[in-house]
Amino acid sequence: MKTHTLSVLVENKPGVLARISGLVARRGYNIDSLAVGPTERPELSRMTLQVRVESPQVLEQITKQLNKLVEVLKIIELEDAAVRRELVLIKLKADPATRSQIIEIVQLFRGKTVDVHNDSLVIEATGSPDKLAALLEMLRPYGVRELVQSGLVALGRGSKSLTERSSKTDRGRSATR
Amino acid sequence: MADDQTPTVLTGAEALVESLERVGVEVVFGIPGGAILPAYDPLGQSELVRHILVRHEQGAAHAAEGYAMVTGRVGVCMATSGPGATNLVTGIADAFLDSVPMVAITGQVASAAIGTDAFQEADIRGITFPVTKHSFLITRTEDIPAAIKAAFHIAGTGRPGPVLVDIAKDALANTAPFEWPAQVELPGYRPVVHPHVKQVREAAKLIKEAKRPVFYVGGGVVKAEGYEALAELAHLTKIPVVTTLMARGAFPDSDDLHMGMPGMHGSVSAVGALQRADLLITLGARFDDRVTGKLDTFAPDAKVIHADIDPAEIGKNRLADVPIVGDVKEVMELLASELRGVDLPDFTAWRSYLGNLKERYSLEIAPTKDGILSPEFVIERLGQSAPDAYFVSGVGQHQMWAAHLLPMEKGGHWLNSGGAGTMGYCVPAAMGAKVGRPDAVVWGIDGDGCFQMTNQELVTCALNNIPIKIAVINNQSLGMVRQWQTLFYGERYSNTNLESLRVPDFPKLAEAMGAVGLRAETPEEVDEVIKQANEINDRPVVVEFVVHKDAMVWPMVAAGTSNDDIKIARDMAPDWEDEIL
Repeated sequence: MKTHTLSVLVENKPGVLARISGLVARRGYNIDSLAVGPTERPELSRMTLQVRVESPQVLEQITKQLNKLVEVLKIIELEDAAVRRELVLIKLKADPATRSQIIEIVQLFRGKTVDVHNDSLVIEATGSPDKLAALLEMLRPYGVRELVQSGLVALGRGSKSLTERSSKTDRGRSATR
Repeated sequence: MADDQTPTVLTGAEALVESLERVGVEVVFGIPGGAILPAYDPLGQSELVRHILVRHEQGAAHAAEGYAMVTGRVGVCMATSGPGATNLVTGIADAFLDSVPMVAITGQVASAAIGTDAFQEADIRGITFPVTKHSFLITRTEDIPAAIKAAFHIAGTGRPGPVLVDIAKDALANTAPFEWPAQVELPGYRPVVHPHVKQVREAAKLIKEAKRPVFYVGGGVVKAEGYEALAELAHLTKIPVVTTLMARGAFPDSDDLHMGMPGMHGSVSAVGALQRADLLITLGARFDDRVTGKLDTFAPDAKVIHADIDPAEIGKNRLADVPIVGDVKEVMELLASELRGVDLPDFTAWRSYLGNLKERYSLEIAPTKDGILSPEFVIERLGQSAPDAYFVSGVGQHQMWAAHLLPMEKGGHWLNSGGAGTMGYCVPAAMGAKVGRPDAVVWGIDGDGCFQMTNQELVTCALNNIPIKIAVINNQSLGMVRQWQTLFYGERYSNTNLESLRVPDFPKLAEAMGAVGLRAETPEEVDEVIKQANEINDRPVVVEFVVHKDAMVWPMVAAGTSNDDIKIARDMAPDWEDEIL
């Protein structure tokens, strides 16, 4: 199983998310995360999907099936070097004895403390999935009370935007190459 | 009605009817109800759009399919919200799997009530996401014209399919200036129609190197009406042809190059052609499991050329060596021009090998078994009696016999539910076909099980002057299921006996619905009632044929097994005589 990151540009219309998540569920694709949000153009949304596939053929099927949706405008697979980020919020047990140790760890990971109480801390961190996993590993001994994590968002490096990039999974063309 | 310069103010309902008229809709099959009621007011006054009041919404959807299949136009069905809409779902799913162009228009509760579990509310768009090519939920009056125009465009172009337009009641009742969009704006919908010439050349190269090539022809050739292009390509190359259930008639059965229908109940020659081929030239077919059998043993030695208008079909089930995305008719024409005048290998030995299989394993039909009519005989006689008819089949044993035994000489004259296998398709689809081709003879071949699911549309036919002919092949059971019970469940016939020898009394039932009812129980009566039925053109006719319930469909590739394990009768495998290859 290999993980791939797909960036999907869609029309920002009601029901698009339901259509895409329904397609993924119906055809039994393995999705690690799905993040949706607005783009620089209000009429468009961008989804980042992390998919796990057994073979390149399955990845091709996923992109082709997504491409059949009328509201899907473009799909690209992001290269390994792309910028990948997740956001995590963690509520930790923290007393006066451990608080400064935790804050030190969080600072090492360039995270932030966003809420402090007598016996707890809420910290915020962003980064690649690997970095956040390492942070969590360090914090776990102090006692994680609650954790919430966003799906992965990712952006290709360089000056080109998604709309300019030649898409190897462009509608109809992929099968002819 | 509306002028493009100074938009007329219309109600949403009027805008809907105006839009239907502008996209050229001739007929709508439907049933009114609360939420869609505003639309029925102007619809009832339209001089261009005929509305046919069906008796069940499933009938409306299948009728729209039948109409679409014989005319090549987009079929239209209409229903109200909630149960009206959900009753359409089977027909929509059927159209989705068989790529039939259809627009389903449903009323929805008023926009303020959506999501409140209002009376007759169903999220029909959500329900049909998996079985529609696209769908719209319209809550604003001004959005109706563009949605209708887009819906018809999407349904009828690329790989055809069903599109749902769900319209809230207040959007129908409110008014807005009518503005007909000059163009359909769908930036995410650009079907590839023209094939890459480079890919076609690659395909031609494989054909030139092949020793045992086969044209594996699917329903896409029917949708593209590529009959002439196929005939030309086949005769040019002299490569054998097989036509799938959805493609029967796309290439004449009488042609020596035709090896029949492949698949679970395919002929030995067609199945053998695919299994022994070294090249499949796949034209608008999708490697359905009913054709491939156990996928990893399907056509093991074959390279694959796969031409389809839907790129997602290519490589879905079987990897393609040469993928071609585009209209299959264009593909065939380009391929023919690449191969014209080219020295192709001699496929004579291959052809005669398959020709021998075809001859040796052709079906032998006796009129009766144990003194009771054989269903194969009935279907064959029916076909002979009306060679130019459109034939519409239900689903099951009779469908398979019909696919083999009817005169499959003309493209587009064979309608059935292939992908979904929807029992109940026959009567309403035949009705839709007759509406689309009023001057043609339309024969439905139905089973006693299927017929009891949707026969109420005979009332619609009787009242609307739609004189279809339905043959009920009555074996008193759910025949195909019974056949599986015979073969795989130790002859334990759990719930497949319909006891329909006298209940219902099919001729009486037909008469009650305003049709002529006839019955045949002997070979002599068969010809007699067929003759009578063919002479009736002012009313629908139902002919019951009481047939043997133990007849089984052969050949058969048991589910989940390899095509190589095809049986020509119980426990009887064909002799392939491979050494002559």
